[in-house]
Amino acid sequence: MAEQVSRRRLFGLGAAGVAAAGAGALAARAFPGEPPRPAAGEEAGTPYPFYGEHQAGIVTPAQDRLHFVSFDVTTGERAELSELLQEWTAAAARMTQGKEAGAFGAVGGLPEAPPDDTGEALGLPASGLTLTVGFGPALFDDRFGFAARKPAALADLPKFPGDALVPGISGGDICVQACAHDPQVAVHAIRNLARIGFGRVSVRWSQLGFGRTSSTSRAQATPRNLMGFKDGTANLKLEDSALLREQLWVGPGDGPAWMTGGSYLVTRKIRMQIETWDRAPLAEQEQIFGRDKGEGAPLGGKKEFDPLDLTLTGSDGRPLIKDDAHVRLAHPTNNDGAHLLRRGYNYVDGSDGLGRLDAGLFFMAYQRDPRRQFVPVQSALARSDALNEYIKHVSSALFACPPGVRDGGDFWGRALFG
Amino acid sequence: MRTLLLLATAGLAAATLAACSGETQSGTPGAAPAEDAKIAVAANDTECKVAAGEVTAGTSTFAITNNGTKVTEFYVYAPGDRVMGEVENIVPGLTRDVIVELPPGAYEAACKPGMVGNGIRSALKVSGTAQPLSADAELAAATAGYQRYVKSQSDTLLVKTQEFVDAVKAADIDRAKELYPVARTYWERIEPVAEIFGDLDPAIDAREADLEPGQEWTGFHRIEKDLWIKKDVSADGPVADKLMTDVRTIVDRANSAKLSPVQLANGAKGLLDEVATGKITGEEDIWSHTDLWDFDANLEGSKAAVQALRPVLEQRSPDLVKTLDDKFAAAEAALGAHRQGDGWKLHNELSEAELKTLSDAINALAEPISKIAAVIAG
Repeated sequence: MAEQVSRRRLFGLGAAGVAAAGAGALAARAFPGEPPRPAAGEEAGTPYPFYGEHQAGIVTPAQDRLHFVSFDVTTGERAELSELLQEWTAAAARMTQGKEAGAFGAVGGLPEAPPDDTGEALGLPASGLTLTVGFGPALFDDRFGFAARKPAALADLPKFPGDALVPGISGGDICVQACAHDPQVAVHAIRNLARIGFGRVSVRWSQLGFGRTSSTSRAQATPRNLMGFKDGTANLKLEDSALLREQLWVGPGDGPAWMTGGSYLVTRKIRMQIETWDRAPLAEQEQIFGRDKGEGAPLGGKKEFDPLDLTLTGSDGRPLIKDDAHVRLAHPTNNDGAHLLRRGYNYVDGSDGLGRLDAGLFFMAYQRDPRRQFVPVQSALARSDALNEYIKHVSSALFACPPGVRDGGDFWGRALFG
Repeated sequence: MRTLLLLATAGLAAATLAACSGETQSGTPGAAPAEDAKIAVAANDTECKVAAGEVTAGTSTFAITNNGTKVTEFYVYAPGDRVMGEVENIVPGLTRDVIVELPPGAYEAACKPGMVGNGIRSALKVSGTAQPLSADAELAAATAGYQRYVKSQSDTLLVKTQEFVDAVKAADIDRAKELYPVARTYWERIEPVAEIFGDLDPAIDAREADLEPGQEWTGFHRIEKDLWIKKDVSADGPVADKLMTDVRTIVDRANSAKLSPVQLANGAKGLLDEVATGKITGEEDIWSHTDLWDFDANLEGSKAAVQALRPVLEQRSPDLVKTLDDKFAAAEAALGAHRQGDGWKLHNELSEAELKTLSDAINALAEPISKIAAVIAG
């Protein structure tokens, strides 16, 4: 045998063809005049590299599916935490390449042993899986001796007006973001990492998401949120290399050296009052966002990417884009040039006890310093965004995502332990 | 409840696996190669390509070439990360050999660029003929030790069940309620052994929710419902007598059953699965809420099975033994917080957060316990 090829990869080659055919079918059904939406499985055959300067899953063109998990660390031993991160890194390096979580896999081990992979991704390709880790402010208390290494930028987020945060689905010591074109692949990755973590970490909360709500590359069309609007048109994108350096990646001297090349992640679960929104007139909906619903163009413009002109006024002499319009308040020009790399997903957690869709946006944004980016933007939105009537922030978390894993001897957060 | 039932036949599988204590032999770096062709390992900073995924049992020579930029190491691991052979300090550009003697089984080959981390691992299968496990005197001693434990527990089970049955028949509800969780403690400690006999376990321990339409309901939980809900056991004389008869039969069978070491290992795991699915959720004793008595008994029974295997585990996987000790202690401490007098708090007195802490402790313990069977078999 010249080279070992994983069972999953072997099966995967066959499955990729099927997935590609499915993608074509989906694209063909796209609404006339709409750019074809990248379908799950389109890039299924080509895994994203796991090793690199930055973690994958940040500027990686946003995949269609998300499984996000937040853990509490239950061990008090620094060495056990370090071992866990090493084991997680090894498993992540495998799974993102379409291999199984452990060397033996779902069916290759001893019959007496529980399989070292849970098996539900057997036969599936890598599906663009990326795994991205982050450390919450709570990890920098006195348990592991990290207090002196806590970045100032990782300060707890302030309470914003209107916040209705549920503690059980907020915060956490460590997060892992799994994004993939196939939900089964994303869930498989989180499930296997949680299993490896038993005894050292405990799942605090997790969230499934679908239908990415942001594009992180100019090759991607801007998708729609569950309110039916294109949202995040002005998002930071993979191609904006100068802006990424300025707005996304932690630079040398920004804070403790272990975070250089990393980025800060804010997550907010934003429940939408779907039923009342659906009863709102189209004109009101468009005024709330400040964009037209069909094209996504800013009010007063024609095309989605037309520049926002906040000075335009209507026949009544009042601003076309109202003072409390979402797009005005969130725009960099209104926030000292602060950009965010948004990477959120729609979520539907079934229905609530009143029969209302339990749905909304699982907002995720990466940035260089939340104190200068997310916090001022969200402060402005929480104060006056017209959209607030239809949304409620129910969960919040902040994580410091370390730089990328360099090679097989490196691991997630290694410099933090150094 | 079903784990052991399946494993009654798994003794066969165990018998075909190698006995290999004492056979571990670290290779000598740079020593002369065996007559077989060497197995090339191409290592760099991100890859560890082993030219063969399967070798035959006996002596194998691995030739590791470091094409990377960092000093690397090469390991062959048996289950539980037992090191079967290793070579360290392979500097960039260098090739080093390691000779490893491997009995048949499943192994992992690993490179560790930078000499840190979990390593880049791949599966290594070793084929060939194996010797039966029963040849190993220490494993035989382990099963004999556990059988003594079963005997001592089942003797007390008979006594306490009789006291419980007597109280029920005397319609002494207070006394019967006191004895219910106590008698069950001895049952729950050895339940995986009892479950080998599939027909009797439901007769003794079926919950109302488990029944099929038309199925007669007998055993502990039937009486539990009458004690706590109906508050009348005057008609339960025949049910109590049948419980005693069934317990006596199962005790006889349990004491004459021959357990394999792998059954022992899986019994230890099965008991924790019981805790995770039945006790933490409060589904075991839904009328009396005495689930924590059963929880404690399952934990003790699991520990007894693990301790019987301990001498073998200490030889084969000392790290696993240490983890098990730590996690048993942590689980006992988590449960211990809910002790009340000679017994335990009721399940419905615990908050969601307290139950999650218990659940985390059981998950933490059950994962390493699930690795024991492969270490014993391998």
